Amino acid sequence: MTPRGRIGAWLAMIAIVGGSALAADPPPVARPPAAPSPALEARLKNLETELRCLVCQNQTLADSNADLAGDLRREVRELALAGRNDAEIRDYLVARYGDFVLYDPPLKRTTWLLWFGPFVLLLGGGVVWWQVLQRRQRASASAPTHDSAAEARARALLEDEPPASSPARDATARAAPRRKR
Amino acid sequence: MTGSSTKLLRWSIPLAVFVVLLAFLWVGLGRDPREIPSPLIGKPAPAFQLVQLHDPGKTLATSDLKGKVWLLNVWASWCVSCRVEHPLLLQLAKTNAVPVYGLDYKDKADDALAWLAQHGNPYTASIVDSDGKVGIDYGVYGVPETFLIDKAGVVRYKQIGPLTIEALQQKILPLVRQLQQ
Repeated sequence: MTPRGRIGAWLAMIAIVGGSALAADPPPVARPPAAPSPALEARLKNLETELRCLVCQNQTLADSNADLAGDLRREVRELALAGRNDAEIRDYLVARYGDFVLYDPPLKRTTWLLWFGPFVLLLGGGVVWWQVLQRRQRASASAPTHDSAAEARARALLEDEPPASSPARDATARAAPRRKR
Repeated sequence: MTGSSTKLLRWSIPLAVFVVLLAFLWVGLGRDPREIPSPLIGKPAPAFQLVQLHDPGKTLATSDLKGKVWLLNVWASWCVSCRVEHPLLLQLAKTNAVPVYGLDYKDKADDALAWLAQHGNPYTASIVDSDGKVGIDYGVYGVPETFLIDKAGVVRYKQIGPLTIEALQQKILPLVRQLQQ
């Protein structure tokens, strides 16, 4: 085989392999029965992690070893092979087991509290926080400002303090207020 | 706003929030997380046509039971809590208040027959759901479960777990009487 011929053969092979890989991808809307394929497995895996096992309630259908979880996985697979899309499979299970099978609860009237409750609480907390801030600001604004007369009186009291029994104590008593300023 | 009413608000609001939280937690304590409300209540009972346990040559279908108020009791010979409710089912069968049909769920026919021979057979007829498909249609996730179905074939009540005297006397039998009229 000439070098050029070899390259041509390689190109042909890549084209064939690449082409078949593309062909194996199922069409985005799987109406006709879906053939077992890695893509279907990935889709089922993904779907099963969104569904709750009814028996062991904190596990997904994918994680659970419960007998019912196995049956439901089989059911989901059969529905997928029959060409139903993910939404239809979810509806199928919700019709039988209720919204509880979904790990992601749907937004409807009965779940408003669930969805919006945290934001309402956050908003309420924000309002309270803002009010407290406002009140503090008002309080500090209306607080008496520097009262020089009072300070002079305090200083006089400190200066005229009778000498304490221990000199060390006396020193700290005198130093403390000054250090503060 | 006077100072005293501000003070009153300062402790009464957190107290009110705390009381509401307490109420939610208290109610939550009394609820069984295993009891998932069935979406089937008020909807037509899923149709089935299944082989009878005692007479494999014959089938029983939901359409055969139109015009009757009946109970569908999902049980299995491997189900431990089915033994708990069994005496109650036998008593109920004696009163002839309502026919009880047994759905033998994911069980071996021989085991089921032996179990009924040993413990007594309360069922008007028993049908076999060996692969659990009908169970899935009914949203069964914890055997035993009992469905009350009216004359029009609509599911009116679902008992999850073993039947209790309270459930029978306070909910199921009054509902049966009302539906039979």
